[in-house]
Amino acid sequence: MSGTAVVETEIEPLSGEDRWSLYRQMLLIRRFEERCNALFLQGKIPSTLHLYIGQEAVAVGICAALRVDDYLTSTHRPHGHALAKGVSAGPIMAELFAKSNGCCKGKGGSMHVGGMEVGMPPAIAIVGGGAPVAAGMALSSKMRRSGQVTASFFGDGGANEGAVHEAMNMAAIWRLPVLFVCENNLYGASTPVGQTVAVENIADRAAGYGMPGVIVDGNDVLAVRDAALAAVRRARAGEGPTLLECKTYRFCGHSRSDACNYRTRDEEAAWKQRDPLLVLGAVLAAAEDPRFEEMERSVSEEIDAAVAYAEAGPDPLPEDALLHVYWEGE
Amino acid sequence: MALLTIAEALREGIREEMRRDPTVFCLGEDIGVPGGFGGAFTVTLGLSEEFGHERILDTPISEIGIAGLAIGAAMTGMRPIADVQYGDFLFCMMDQLANQAAKMTYMSGGTVKVPMVMRAPVGSTRRGSQHAQSLEAFFTHIPGLKVVAPSTAYDAKGLLKSAVRDDNPVLMFEHKLLYGSKGGRSEKGALSPIGEVPDEDYTVPIGKGIIRRPGRDVTVVGKLLTVYRALGAAETLAARGIEVEVIDPRTLVPLDMELILESVRRTGRLVVVEEDNRTHGWAAEVAAQVAEEAFFYLDAPIKRVSAPDTPPPFAPPMEALYVPSEQRVIDAVLYVLGEPPDAR
Ligand SMILES: Cc1ncc(C[n+]2csc(CCOP(=O)(O)OP(=O)(O)O)c2C)c(N)n1
Ligand SMILES: [Mg+2]
Repeated sequence: MSGTAVVETEIEPLSGEDRWSLYRQMLLIRRFEERCNALFLQGKIPSTLHLYIGQEAVAVGICAALRVDDYLTSTHRPHGHALAKGVSAGPIMAELFAKSNGCCKGKGGSMHVGGMEVGMPPAIAIVGGGAPVAAGMALSSKMRRSGQVTASFFGDGGANEGAVHEAMNMAAIWRLPVLFVCENNLYGASTPVGQTVAVENIADRAAGYGMPGVIVDGNDVLAVRDAALAAVRRARAGEGPTLLECKTYRFCGHSRSDACNYRTRDEEAAWKQRDPLLVLGAVLAAAEDPRFEEMERSVSEEIDAAVAYAEAGPDPLPEDALLHVYWEGE
Repeated sequence: MALLTIAEALREGIREEMRRDPTVFCLGEDIGVPGGFGGAFTVTLGLSEEFGHERILDTPISEIGIAGLAIGAAMTGMRPIADVQYGDFLFCMMDQLANQAAKMTYMSGGTVKVPMVMRAPVGSTRRGSQHAQSLEAFFTHIPGLKVVAPSTAYDAKGLLKSAVRDDNPVLMFEHKLLYGSKGGRSEKGALSPIGEVPDEDYTVPIGKGIIRRPGRDVTVVGKLLTVYRALGAAETLAARGIEVEVIDPRTLVPLDMELILESVRRTGRLVVVEEDNRTHGWAAEVAAQVAEEAFFYLDAPIKRVSAPDTPPPFAPPMEALYVPSEQRVIDAVLYVLGEPPDAR
């Protein structure tokens, strides 16, 4: 099987309940990131931030197709991936606050959040660096016959790293259970994808490795989930990897310091019409449905609790820097 | 004369070299996109307006390609200035730099030259372990590469020009806290040394260090940010009657050992300060050479002040332990003088 194709397995649609749950996860990521932005401006977060706003449907749609024990490798923009995979908001927020109760004990910061208990090692901020690691986790799953699948996230920019190509080839020849998830948000930092990729779709490259390439609307969480589930089933069945290109857009700057002067306000406005929350919201219920507000409230409470957890956390001691260079046991 | 930050001085240096020599061009990620950043720390901001996108070449995020293309272009008549956004990504291009750039001239029996410049920002600035390392020692260990590390605007421009005109691969390390980048790209805790830079053409020779502050009691050698830590310590200690001589080698390969040895022969005491990890590091090499060449002039053991042997941590209290402080330099100077450390 190769070439760009829509994988045609019968994917059963999600129940209404489950759809609301996807909505809540996307809303949690959105409001979490917005809160981070505000907290950054208040000086509570001592590092830069790469916010995930606008791309929520990708992380949530992919993770909806994964089990808790499946693996995920993430990038410099990891908050959404971590929340969707099931890392609690409190330890993520505490990590951003550089507190010792953070998910990396203050060692990692924004670009390295993760939680191995839900299959997510620290996010890898070397662009493209996660893909071979993901293939390795998938190799391990295959050798251990564990049935686990690994999702490897990278951007349109990351797609051009040599490491990603080596990983895709190895995953294809050994039929490793990997989903290569390319979040094509049209820019790698300031550089437009049209300037760095000569094919129309990054998924077109899949043919070169001998794996299916699938293009999906990355702002439609249901479409992402369906495509991911098909690829996950393929992977679990031992049929190998899939390259899933999710077309999406980041609503914020690349990092906190980015004013986005390399793209137009019109382009941004057009994409905001296709806000993933609006897209799913329209499927779920009328805008004035009280469940939306209820959900806002519960998400807001969850984030308040996360911030409180972070505020209450102790600063690491300077000497903590010396710990954990080597494995120190459980 | 103009008062420039290091980022500005580098930009002017690149601009002048590109005007002077049509074979000079820049390549890297986000260096010339209209409305973009001018590289991660604004060094190439505005240059694509003057030179166009063929000579300010925005690349995909492909570090192996950036280094390799620079090498190939350099071998065949061009003089590329390549850019990585953070020095940590030099590891992505390690084969190209260590096996290709550094060895072409040697393997060809001296018939192939690689006149390229590779620029890389280093230093810990609250971005976590993968955007913070000081990698100088990895590269000073590779024969065939020249390595420079300017800490002032004057040296940045002068060394950049020398690097462009040199017929060997030259790796230029720049410190994130010294750029003086403006706007959103300015760093928390930056020192931003602003210095006088001549308007007319000048170069700073590769391989020549400089005494930043003369003193007779102890020689302190630092580079990049730690030059300023050493100068701060020297100022504090001067008030207590201790005269510290601060040396900035400016070039790491070839290292101006004559300058360092001459100083140590006068002071009899040496402290070397670096932000690199301690073990098998750059300071260790300086100390070893001094021990070999000037042992009988030494009145005390040589002391290193380095980052501990850990990856750079994120949280500010841990980062403060990681990056050598002025106080640690003071303590080291007191140690080699046989005086008790400051009470804390
Ligand atoms: C190896 C490497 N090169 C460069 C960078 C600097 N950098 C961080 S994010 C980024 C852009 C990434 O673009 P993309 O992969 O499209 O992801 P996005 O930011 O759009 O989510 C760059 C160049 C890096 N972190 N690692
Ligand atoms: Mg992108």
